[in-house]
Amino acid sequence: MNLFSALIAGTLFGFGLAFSGMTDPANVIGFLNPGGEWNPSLAFVMLGGLAVTMPAFQLLIPKMEKPLLADVFAEPSKATIDLKLVLGACLFGIGWGLSGLCPGPVVAGIAYLDRDVVLFALVMLLGMYSGTWIIRFLPVSE
Amino acid sequence: MLNAFIGGICIGLGAMLLMLVNGRIAGVSGLLYRSFNDPRRHYWALLFLAGLCLGAVIHLGISGQPAPIFAQSLSTLLPAAFLVGVGTRIGNGCTSGHGICGIGRLSQRSIVATILFVGTAFVTVFVHSGLGGL
Repeated sequence: MNLFSALIAGTLFGFGLAFSGMTDPANVIGFLNPGGEWNPSLAFVMLGGLAVTMPAFQLLIPKMEKPLLADVFAEPSKATIDLKLVLGACLFGIGWGLSGLCPGPVVAGIAYLDRDVVLFALVMLLGMYSGTWIIRFLPVSE
Repeated sequence: MLNAFIGGICIGLGAMLLMLVNGRIAGVSGLLYRSFNDPRRHYWALLFLAGLCLGAVIHLGISGQPAPIFAQSLSTLLPAAFLVGVGTRIGNGCTSGHGICGIGRLSQRSIVATILFVGTAFVTVFVHSGLGGL
């Protein structure tokens, strides 16, 4: 049952990405380029998403003892803003700006069976494993 | 813009459902890495990722719109893909985990990360388009 709910959650998420136009990198680049013909849709996507997650995480989840089909809420406890977070976010931002693609739309976009998206996903995975290796050289914080 | 907002609500509902039922953050970069690294313990993550594709297929079917075109050259896309992979791994999240879920949780780390990756993305597009790219 918990596998089924993960599939339903992913399907809703993926449908939302496609419906909002976020699986099309042109819409993302259009948002990130206010000098061109500015496309504000990404801001509306974030607003729509947060309109659900903000009340859910702030009001609903804290009232629950545990998830419906799991033992604990696996929320990250880490609070420090460290070099890893800053460096990682900046590198991600450069890649996102160059391509207009981030992990959600890339995974959803595999459905379009486009060679370039599949290659993007594979190289992105390679980047993730390289990241695991790079982390070893960065200072550790709790 | 209404479609963008409604789509955003669907994304939020998916993220809420995964936390409410499975107790997990819907952060796609983390789920992807973990489901590759240790699939036996993360079948739920694999199914969430399969759902992302399924959702895109359903949209393709009912909207009748053509699939998006990925117009950029591989010489731009592949280095970008590598940076997205490295960055989300080192920074512990992407637009979904930090943006949609983390800000919803009012996590300071996620708010800082989102400001940084959106900011660097703006600068990157500015520089890249200014240099005659795209």
